[in-house]
Amino acid sequence: MKKTFKKVMSLAIVAAMVLSVAACGSKNTNGSAANAGAGTFKIGGIGPTTGGAAVYGTAVKNAAELAVKEINAAGGINGYQVELNFQDDEADQEKGVNAYNTLKDWGMNLLLGSVTSGSCVAVAAKTAEDNMFQLTPSGSAVDCVANDNAFQVCFTDPNQGIAAAQYIGQNAMATKVAVIYDSSDVYSSGIYEKFAGEAKNQPFEIVATESFTADNKTDFSVQLQNAKAAGAELVFLPIYYSEAALILNQAASMEYAPTFFGCDGLDGILAVENFDKSLAEGVILLTPFAADAKDEKTQKFVADYQAAYGDTPNQFAADAYDAIYIMKAAIEKSGATPADGVSGICDKVKGAMTEITVDGLTGIGMTWAATGEVNKEPKAMVIKDGAYALIQ
Amino acid sequence: MKKFNLSKTTKDNLWTYGIVLVIALITGILLLTGNLSSLMEGLLVPICSYVILAVSLNLTVGILGELSLGHAGFMCVGAFTSAFFSKLTENVITVDIVRFILAIIIGAAFAGLMGILIGMPVLRLKGDYLAIVTLAFGEIIKNVINVLYIGIDSKGIHFSMKDSMALGLEPDGKIIIKGAQGITGTPKDSSFLIGVILIFITLFIVLNLIHSRDGRAIMAIRDNLIAAESVGINITKYKMMAFSISAALAGVAGVLYAHNLNSLMATPKNFGYNMSIMILVYVVLGGIGNIKGSVIAAVVLTVLPEVLRGMNNYRMLIYAIVLIVIMLFSWSPKCLEWREVFMEKYIRPRFAKKTSEEGK
Repeated sequence: MKKTFKKVMSLAIVAAMVLSVAACGSKNTNGSAANAGAGTFKIGGIGPTTGGAAVYGTAVKNAAELAVKEINAAGGINGYQVELNFQDDEADQEKGVNAYNTLKDWGMNLLLGSVTSGSCVAVAAKTAEDNMFQLTPSGSAVDCVANDNAFQVCFTDPNQGIAAAQYIGQNAMATKVAVIYDSSDVYSSGIYEKFAGEAKNQPFEIVATESFTADNKTDFSVQLQNAKAAGAELVFLPIYYSEAALILNQAASMEYAPTFFGCDGLDGILAVENFDKSLAEGVILLTPFAADAKDEKTQKFVADYQAAYGDTPNQFAADAYDAIYIMKAAIEKSGATPADGVSGICDKVKGAMTEITVDGLTGIGMTWAATGEVNKEPKAMVIKDGAYALIQ
Repeated sequence: MKKFNLSKTTKDNLWTYGIVLVIALITGILLLTGNLSSLMEGLLVPICSYVILAVSLNLTVGILGELSLGHAGFMCVGAFTSAFFSKLTENVITVDIVRFILAIIIGAAFAGLMGILIGMPVLRLKGDYLAIVTLAFGEIIKNVINVLYIGIDSKGIHFSMKDSMALGLEPDGKIIIKGAQGITGTPKDSSFLIGVILIFITLFIVLNLIHSRDGRAIMAIRDNLIAAESVGINITKYKMMAFSISAALAGVAGVLYAHNLNSLMATPKNFGYNMSIMILVYVVLGGIGNIKGSVIAAVVLTVLPEVLRGMNNYRMLIYAIVLIVIMLFSWSPKCLEWREVFMEKYIRPRFAKKTSEEGK
């Protein structure tokens, strides 16, 4: 018995070694020759499907798969079928580049990703080198679209910050505002910076700026106490929903009830487990997507997504679903074919991106500037009776 | 025949250099002839930096016998100081290689300096204090960098720990370190060739140190502190020497890492506690005190998760199982016994035959 165990073990190790050697020697399959023969558009996806940010990556992966299935069932793009290969990057820059190289070996024509900003910036440098068309569903940092081959579906962080400040100012929601943000997070600090910059032009004053870091995000009583002491009527939360849920909880327990205002990161707060939804009543957030919106498109998407994956789609899923359809629209407009090769497709599609107008889940009449930034109306939602409701 | 009668340590060293050289040559040939997949090509520089990290940590853990849990912190210091320097002088020093060599020296110097600063109070103590302090150091450095804003304009360098507006830059200014967003647009100076050269320099430094008089003193401290002290070895000095060299080499790995990626951020993933443990895993799996083993373990364990991508979400599971299997294979007493028997039965007789034939 012992002997067999050892044999199995040594076999396993030998197998692992052979695998790694085999990978070292594997043939290079990228380049135009491999692409020319293919009759399908190969779309590569990059995002975290394991680790702390797996929620976002998995949502993007699922929604992209859903969109690809629909497109293929309807006859593909320009008559070509679409293939999707989604690779894990653990929300890390280095792993993102590895995932990108893996997809290149697979023969990717267009890239959907990355999901997170940090990884996206690192991958963007690579796509620029290869002239690969890149459309990120949710990489919101400005550097994600620094090159002309990269486009965004979501708002950039600065746009969100500026839009939030303008919204608060124009609607005269408060005169004294406090901000609680995550200084160790790119998304959060990016929005905060522009919010604070724009706030100077608006008729309100930031009376307290409180920050926390990823290592210390369970107790917010100090930050809330400071905001309360400064007399803030509105607390701006450019953070993700899990921390926001804690903040709402702790604010309620210290009987502090300002208006809470967030960005798209707050989307999903109603789905937090053991969260008393009544606490979120009256919270306003700028988000492009709400799963219980009443329009036909959203309802169909939500129903299909729930049927396929048993989960309510979040904003990331909607962004990814839109991204695939945006790619479709741009490819159809440009008349690109898989035979054009990576660089050829990129040149055609990036030209078409500035000409198309797409009606998607996350916005009606989305257009793109050559800089890669999307132009769409931010939607403000308020949480009313335990559901998101659009503010008109 | 006398010429070939090298000492055991020299032979062992030559083996280590030889393994690296052969792997590097094969990879280099594959790379030049275009036979390497993009994935592998992209992995080459990270592999080099992890090898350097593993070897440098082995100096602290294996040779000095102290536990360091913040090796990624030193890597972080090296990465950020050098990337900062490269961004600053991107337009001043236009010869890439000169700038990169300077960046390497700066990264190593700052990481080494941090090593000395931490070592000064801690290495005078006996016990596990180094592990505790380095653990804290790794976390602190990551958080400090996440609130650090540095910009430059015509008036000079501006510095803030609040946000980028507090820098008060002139319109022509540019922000170099942008808090949590880190440094973006570091010139891509790292290459496989430079990585391999740095590995050789690292091996040269570490192996020579181990087999020098100083190295024997360091190992004496590891094996018996009281005995070492009684024969007049300056404990703190030698501990400091090994630890700061180890930190400086980790800084070099950080430089290589930083100049390979376009965006450099201090996230828990790349410079946090998990990374430090990952490096420690390389060292432990390769064999504590075994430099050759560290090199091999770092290469295999960096390549493995990427090779397993075909298994999708199961890859992390498989990776963990492989780790456990390797650990059992290389450390379990029964396995060691079995390997000994296996060697006696199949490998040794052949070698013995060969050498005896050569002898004739």
